[in-house]
Amino acid sequence: MATIAAEQPAGHRRAAATRSAAGRVGMLLLVLAILWGLWEGYRWLWIREGWTWPFVVDSTTMPHIYDILRQLFRNPTSGAGGDILLVQLLHAAWFTAKEALVGFALGASFGFLLGVALSQFRLLQRGLLPYVVASQTVPILAVAPIVVVYLGSLHVAAWFSVAVIASYLTFFPVTINTLRGLQSTDRRALELMRSYAAGRPSVLWKLRIPAALPYIFTALKVSATASIVGAIIGEAPSSIQEGLGGFIVNFNQYYSLNPENLWATNLIAALLGIAFFLVIVIAEKIVVRRAPENVA
Amino acid sequence: MSVVTIEGLTKRFDGGTVALEGIDLAIEEREFVSLIGPSGCGKSTLLRIIGDLIKPTTGTVGVNGKPAAQARADRDYGIVFQDPVLYDWRTVAKNISLPLELARWNRRRRNERVQEMMRLVELTGFESHHPWQLSGGMQQRVSIARALSFDPALLLMDEPFGALDEMTRERLNLELLRIWEASGSTMVFVTHSIAEAVFLSTRVVVMSPRPGRISNVITVDLPHPRTAAIREDPRFFELVTAVREALHLGSDLDRKLEGPAAVEAQP
Repeated sequence: MATIAAEQPAGHRRAAATRSAAGRVGMLLLVLAILWGLWEGYRWLWIREGWTWPFVVDSTTMPHIYDILRQLFRNPTSGAGGDILLVQLLHAAWFTAKEALVGFALGASFGFLLGVALSQFRLLQRGLLPYVVASQTVPILAVAPIVVVYLGSLHVAAWFSVAVIASYLTFFPVTINTLRGLQSTDRRALELMRSYAAGRPSVLWKLRIPAALPYIFTALKVSATASIVGAIIGEAPSSIQEGLGGFIVNFNQYYSLNPENLWATNLIAALLGIAFFLVIVIAEKIVVRRAPENVA
Repeated sequence: MSVVTIEGLTKRFDGGTVALEGIDLAIEEREFVSLIGPSGCGKSTLLRIIGDLIKPTTGTVGVNGKPAAQARADRDYGIVFQDPVLYDWRTVAKNISLPLELARWNRRRRNERVQEMMRLVELTGFESHHPWQLSGGMQQRVSIARALSFDPALLLMDEPFGALDEMTRERLNLELLRIWEASGSTMVFVTHSIAEAVFLSTRVVVMSPRPGRISNVITVDLPHPRTAAIREDPRFFELVTAVREALHLGSDLDRKLEGPAAVEAQP
């Protein structure tokens, strides 16, 4: 029987995997070092030359990176007692992550089901799709307070209102990509199903949805990070103080006194977004079985 | 009883192109019939009409004494395309059992049949591989196993070995003959290789283009079971020559009918 590329000895494969992982970590560190260098280099040059375009560079607009990192290990409320900023931010990130996760789950499920429904009923698609698109042109900042007030009057917990706001940003990419994926099924694969006299539910379940998974996961990656943005924005009108959104509003007011606090918060928010993204990437690796060249 | 009966069939596409005209053909049980002709002669279209994947403009198509649509609903035929069209997310075994799942076979019967099919196409041991881990020839064998898994009376094949290299193609030709003799199915096989058509078939249907029609039917009286040695047999060469001449006659006819414009269009 013909030998197959995938059947190399397991030891070789593992060694190769370790090498490629090490290479990736090395690349990541290199990129971080370069970004750090660019930040500090820009800062140094602009201050030395006194350039004021596009903005004045000083310790308020561009604090040193090490000052930002050092701030993480200080207590931001100058008084005695209380945790260091890092611990406070991690608590906040955990709180926001829960809202975002629930929002993501709601939005992704709704988005997927809506995408499937739109793909199955052409009339529904024609009637509804413009409104689905229009829903995303409404600024989230305008919708958020309405959701909070409305759900609040139904005695729904404030954090859940935030999750609903996050889901509003989450569902759209999933709907659009699910629809696109379900409509781009290979013509011959459909003919094959037709030759087996397969009904619509079978075609959907055994062919269209599995074939659309790479599209859907692309959308989930976008949505995972969007759900965190949604949760942070949603916290402001809900006057929730425990999440990252609360910290951002608070540190914003004292930015000129202590810019490092806001930058440190941004850093943690970005890390949370990356963590969400990575979870989806890992899930995709487990769920989507495709020829290596066909993986989006 | 004929397995396939085609009477007065015409196919005109939406743009007005006449793909097939005046097709009459009967295919008997256990026959191996090849449809051969130049590109655009409508041989793939004819195969798709037999499978009820597209509808004819006029005329009737019967499969197993039923209208083609009914035969499709009854899963009377299996189909193999030029590309294997395997589902990436399914293992080899799961690909073969797909039609059985749709026909609601229970798991045990499915597994038994998949094993049987893996033996038939000599892929035992590759059950849990994914399609992209197999060579092109192996993928096409999986596709044949899938088409035969539910034991259809008729197997429709649309240039199944057209994308493979010559060596693999000749090996798979022999395998296909062995499978045909073992399964007892009736075969309709689209190809543009003269040697392949003669080697495999009991009858070769020669088609000519614009509009697609049957220009000749040549009975292949080579003995069974066929071996690679038959390719050296003088009778094999005579039949290859006969099919080639029939093909050229078909295209000469085409030139006379359509005038100089058609001559220019020839490569």
